[in-house]
Amino acid sequence: MDITYTILIPLIPLAVFLLLGIFSQKIKPAVSGLIGVVGLSTSTLLSFYTAYQYFFVHGKINGVYQAIVQKTTWMNFTDNLHIDMGVLIDPISVMMLIVVSIVSLMVHIYSIGYMKGDDGFTRFFSFLSLFSFSMFGLVLATNLFQIYIFWELVGVSSYLLIGYYYTIPSAVSAGKKAFIVTRFADLGFLIGILIIGYYTGTYDFETLNNPEGAAILNWTSTSFMGLSVLTWALILIFIGGAGKSAMFPLHIWLPDAMEGPTPVSALIHAATMVVAGVYLVARLFPMYYFVEDGFALNIVAYVGGFSSLFAAIIAITQTDIKRVLAFSTMSQLGYMMMALGVSGYNGHEGVGYMASMFHLFTHAMFKALLFLGAGSVIHAVHSNYLKDMGGLRKYMPITNATFLIAALAISGVFPLSGFWSKDEILVAAFEHNMLLYVVGVFVAGLTAFYMFRIYFGIFWGKDTQYKHAPHESPLSMTIPLIVLALITIFSGFIHFSEFIAPDRIGFEAHLNYPLAAIATAVGLTGIVLSYIFYKKENDLADKFANAFGVFYKWTYNKFYFDEIYLFVTKKIIFNLIAAPIAKFDKKIVDATMEGIGNKTVVISKRIKGMQSGKVQDYAFSFIAGTVILAIVFIYLWTN
Amino acid sequence: MIAGISIYEILTVTSILFFIGVYGFLTRKNLISILMSIELILNASIINFVVINKYLYPDMLQGVVFSIFIIAVAAAETALAVAIIINLYRQIASVEVKDTEIMKY
Repeated sequence: MDITYTILIPLIPLAVFLLLGIFSQKIKPAVSGLIGVVGLSTSTLLSFYTAYQYFFVHGKINGVYQAIVQKTTWMNFTDNLHIDMGVLIDPISVMMLIVVSIVSLMVHIYSIGYMKGDDGFTRFFSFLSLFSFSMFGLVLATNLFQIYIFWELVGVSSYLLIGYYYTIPSAVSAGKKAFIVTRFADLGFLIGILIIGYYTGTYDFETLNNPEGAAILNWTSTSFMGLSVLTWALILIFIGGAGKSAMFPLHIWLPDAMEGPTPVSALIHAATMVVAGVYLVARLFPMYYFVEDGFALNIVAYVGGFSSLFAAIIAITQTDIKRVLAFSTMSQLGYMMMALGVSGYNGHEGVGYMASMFHLFTHAMFKALLFLGAGSVIHAVHSNYLKDMGGLRKYMPITNATFLIAALAISGVFPLSGFWSKDEILVAAFEHNMLLYVVGVFVAGLTAFYMFRIYFGIFWGKDTQYKHAPHESPLSMTIPLIVLALITIFSGFIHFSEFIAPDRIGFEAHLNYPLAAIATAVGLTGIVLSYIFYKKENDLADKFANAFGVFYKWTYNKFYFDEIYLFVTKKIIFNLIAAPIAKFDKKIVDATMEGIGNKTVVISKRIKGMQSGKVQDYAFSFIAGTVILAIVFIYLWTN
Repeated sequence: MIAGISIYEILTVTSILFFIGVYGFLTRKNLISILMSIELILNASIINFVVINKYLYPDMLQGVVFSIFIIAVAAAETALAVAIIINLYRQIASVEVKDTEIMKY
């Protein structure tokens, strides 16, 4: 199968980015929106063509999906160690292509309506294209270094888009926060990459992931502090992934990232960039699974499980609907990580891996839908806060219907897509780790509760009096909602397990009826509780909040994690480490250099007086010098 | 060759001439006088050239030829120096050495 054309998938958005970026002042907003949409449509079509070719025509050889690689050497370090650039086509990368292209296309179309009249319209679209380029590149990367390059590129585009409203200080600082926190995590990633390069001599995914390959078989040969060096490398790489995927305790940037325009939150901070961490772990899954018998994978599972619980609890108390969705995203990403963590390798054992990718797919769709729906609401009422909303179902029927579908899907209600993927995750957890299963079920209930809390809060609840009657959003915004809603309804019926499995053979997945029943029951309980609390305006919720007292306050303030980070960075790191270093730099390094410069100036000022401007002084010096030299020479010669 | 006068006497005279020039160069306050002192120094050296040629290598002409060159160069140099002094005079209306100090650094 010739896959050369897949290189166009990232390159077209890059071309669009350059075009819009360079001529941003010349192109009219309407035209730039069109260019962005057309460019991304082409990429989307190519992605679909690739998926069709790969999954149904050429990909499977002898019952196993092959990884198809096309690459060229980019940097040659030694004979063995070189960095390549290329494209890697395998089940998960093709699936990610579909996710990224659909969501990105929908967000492009949606943005035409949402960003209408904004001063930076063209700039916005050029950044969106830059992001699409980076994300496609990340998905198609063939080796760790290439993925790292695009990893940083998505970080940069995320920074640019969060800080899109650069006149608002909070948006600027949110962008910085996101960049610095993920940068800090990426340090771990980079060190991990270097360790892997040093000990295995390759960065190539296919070589690293081969279960019979040297990288996996020789993990015992080196050790550091009781663990294999490769385990350390994988843990460090997971830290990078955790930073991008907002896992506890590196999650603090994600809620603040909601300062960006809502389509950006839908694209980057819900559907695509934040799943890069999950994708990275899935990409290296055989290594995670085999090295040290899955020690690093256990860490992934527990961090994921804890994050999902932690975020779900916080999401209940937040009043900004975008922040609720942000914590919900974090919680669902924790789910995916957890599923990867409890997965096995062969045949049906790989259900966790499959479930994780399945949930990644369905979650991307319904979470993008939720964000776009929230954007539609925000567009109508010009506020992010629940207190300014209520009773909107009468004004915005399409947004109401699609938001309801997405909320039901994320709550795991049959037959929407979330039901199927969540069920597989719970099956995987049930089979491997009882504790994580219980956490997963509890989180499912919490998810249903907080999601319907905001649903009822926005569309039912109190009848808010609006100054300007809110109205349904324009077609360019509702069409993406409808498309994503359709995908959310039907994508659950795709037999993911036949396409995606860690050993790439695929297996037959069955619905586990008791587990599905439990999960559905818990989800429905959450919805019903939420119905009682928030359907009509009443003071039940406040009473409960008061009953929980301190705990409620803690949760409302996100367990004070921002404050803890501020304390650690400002009070401890700045005062104890950064300040002494700065002092050393100023008092010793700078002072030496400045001292030399100052002394030169002082000396030259002193001796400048010798240059009197009197010709005869110079002549006198000259003659005196000559005389002295003459005397010296005569003295030397005569002796 | 001048009968009865040895090379030492003539060299003594030119040395005196030379140091008179140096003294004038260092002490005169007027740029024109300084120029004249330089001429004295040059003349002392010209005489040296001629005398040494005549007394030590009577069958050669290099010293004499050199002295003609030096006279020509000195004339050109003087013309140049006078031109500079005239320009300076137009700027500061003075040919005193102390008034040219403004050109330092």
